[in-house]
Amino acid sequence: MGAEMQMRPAACPACAVAPSAEALADAEAPKDARLFLSLPTIHCAACISAVERALNGTEGVRNARVNLTLKRVAIEAAPAVTADRLVGVLEAIGYEAHELDPGVIAATATDKAGRDILMRIAVSGFAMMNVMLLSVAVWSGAADATRDLFHWVSAMIALPTIVFAAQPFFRNAFAVLRHGRLNMDVPISLAIALAAGMSLYETAQHGPHAYFDAALSLTFFLLAGRYLDHRTRAVARSAAEELAALEVPRAQRRTATGEETVPIAGIAVGDVVLVRPGARVPVDGIVAEGQSEIDRSLLTGESLPAFAGPGMALSAGEVNLTGPLAMTVTAAGQDSSLHRMADLVAIAESSKNRYTSLADRAARIYAPGVHLLALAAFLAWLWISGGDIRLALNIAVAVLIITCPCALGLAVPAVTTAASGRLFRRGLLIKDGTALERLAEVDAVVFDKTGTLTLGAPEPTNLGDHPRRDLEIALALAEGSAHPLARALAEAGRKAGLHPARVADIREVPGYGIEGAFGGERVRFGRAAWVGARSGAETASWLQVGARAPVAFTFADRLRPGAEEAVAGLLALGLSVRLVSGDAPGPVADLAARLGIADWQAEALPEDKAATVQALSREGRRVLMVGDGLNDTAALAAAHVSISPASALDAARVASDIVLLGKDLSALSGAVTTARKATRRIRENFAISALYNLIAVPIALVGLATPLAAALAMSASSITVSLNALRVR
Amino acid sequence: MQIIAYLIPISLFLGGLGLGAFFWALRSHQFEDPEGDARRILNEDWDDHPKP
Repeated sequence: MGAEMQMRPAACPACAVAPSAEALADAEAPKDARLFLSLPTIHCAACISAVERALNGTEGVRNARVNLTLKRVAIEAAPAVTADRLVGVLEAIGYEAHELDPGVIAATATDKAGRDILMRIAVSGFAMMNVMLLSVAVWSGAADATRDLFHWVSAMIALPTIVFAAQPFFRNAFAVLRHGRLNMDVPISLAIALAAGMSLYETAQHGPHAYFDAALSLTFFLLAGRYLDHRTRAVARSAAEELAALEVPRAQRRTATGEETVPIAGIAVGDVVLVRPGARVPVDGIVAEGQSEIDRSLLTGESLPAFAGPGMALSAGEVNLTGPLAMTVTAAGQDSSLHRMADLVAIAESSKNRYTSLADRAARIYAPGVHLLALAAFLAWLWISGGDIRLALNIAVAVLIITCPCALGLAVPAVTTAASGRLFRRGLLIKDGTALERLAEVDAVVFDKTGTLTLGAPEPTNLGDHPRRDLEIALALAEGSAHPLARALAEAGRKAGLHPARVADIREVPGYGIEGAFGGERVRFGRAAWVGARSGAETASWLQVGARAPVAFTFADRLRPGAEEAVAGLLALGLSVRLVSGDAPGPVADLAARLGIADWQAEALPEDKAATVQALSREGRRVLMVGDGLNDTAALAAAHVSISPASALDAARVASDIVLLGKDLSALSGAVTTARKATRRIRENFAISALYNLIAVPIALVGLATPLAAALAMSASSITVSLNALRVR
Repeated sequence: MQIIAYLIPISLFLGGLGLGAFFWALRSHQFEDPEGDARRILNEDWDDHPKP
């Protein structure tokens, strides 16, 4: 900032000293806010206009523009407009939306690397077409001075282009060679550089063959592959960062004078932190004041909220439901349970990096093979021709160009781009490059229950058993609370067309329930113990009217949309499906029966889940783990490949390879099919390019390859491979 | 064959013009949302008059 101010030339001597009035005005006027929302469900032209019209019609919004490729909307709005309100506006018209951290987004918005590659593609494409035009003239019979002229013009276009456009390959190859290893970039760089150098020499010697067009089309096609690869990764990375931006790591700390908002990193042991109803517990601690209920489902998989009062321990990641709590911090930062879990994940992650992708395996065989073949051709022809270095080198270069992995360079990225694009449109985000290949190999699936197969949101099950008056009283009381059971009842009651009874003096007793007065009698809706009932095995809230016996409203966890299709689809694919949950046996058995899962396990600790996955792996199974909670993270990281919903905790999303952006699970079985199809296409593409090499290499080895043959082989194989990749879509 | 002396520079110039146009498009962020732009042409919102 300071440097910038010094750099700017002052308009007048005084300006340099006193800040201009303009700058002052800038600082005082409240700036327009720039907000970003993630829209996982948009997919069509109508969605774009609906979202933009709704947002532009909202007061304070100056401009909203949807980016369908990234499934997000950028909004410029007056400072008073909050993201929460806009999320509400979009949810009212039926679009799921999440707020994103603009700071994180801004860093990824300008994709510099992608534009850099596009620029190089454009330059090499331009040069390739012009040189090809001149080459056609040569191939169709230009001779002597005309041919030399055309070759010189080609050289003038090609050499600067190669120096500019092929830089990424040269740079990578140099970096790899310095470490004494080989990768795809080495044969590529060698072929491009040798082809250009050899052609220049031939041109100077008035030779008949110049490979400028081959060097350029090689650069062009391989850059295209590189760009596709980059694009898939960039979309995945920016979306993964978006997810990280969903959670804003801050806490409310109580101070002598009031309270302040501080980053979690600034919290120390012994501080008193306030946790509002609906907020997530930011650090580990002990309740100092207040009573409430807490939702532990993300940590343990329990679907029932637990009571929290003074003296009880809270762990980071739990959600406070009803009353405000003040807690004394016992562990913060590196020591908190969230962090310990993250460490566990880091260990499991490092073991996963050992997976080598198909492309790497191909390159490992391919790169040394090509070099040896070219060297062999050079030596053989040197011996046959009795020491004609020019001829031997010409043939070696032809071999290098013809075998050069144009098709190989496109084989994997073209398929991955098509496949991950298809999955992204269905709401699945591939975070890891090799995840698709790993997903294709899966033969066993392990599901978590709460928050994964279910939404973690309850649904009343016995509304029909109660008289209408009871329902109306319960509805009136339920509307006075933000507790999930109360909210679920209120929502269901509204949907059934019920009107709340006139209950007076409604007040919430945090941690117990809601009470009020109806017709001179006291009415209570809440915990069993509070109304004098005995709690059963089922999740229930009790209603007591006056002194009469309390009646139970039972609840079941709501199934995630698409869960039935997902499980049925996976079973139909011949995969074994298992349900492992931290919840009580009753609800787990119910859900397993409902979804047709024969194999289930309840009351599993986080270690049990990871052990289940590892045991399956030891049997030689490739496990797909689907989970969302902190108790799943170790299992997610241990599995061959893992999927978590976007609503999952940060740690779980970090540990998984694929993130489910929307609420719907039904895309799951389709994802496995797509992954299998994609892997098959990759193998086919390898086969296609191998076939081309099988035909073209002998021709090159016997010295019959011409620049025309090289151009034909290269273009034909690249185009076939790209077209084959498109079949995945 | 004198014509070549004109034709080669002309073809290079025209190709360069296209390259320049692509650079301009790239710099003015026209490749940020290919999917959305493809769908926006189906949108009827500003068919009658330009967006204010």
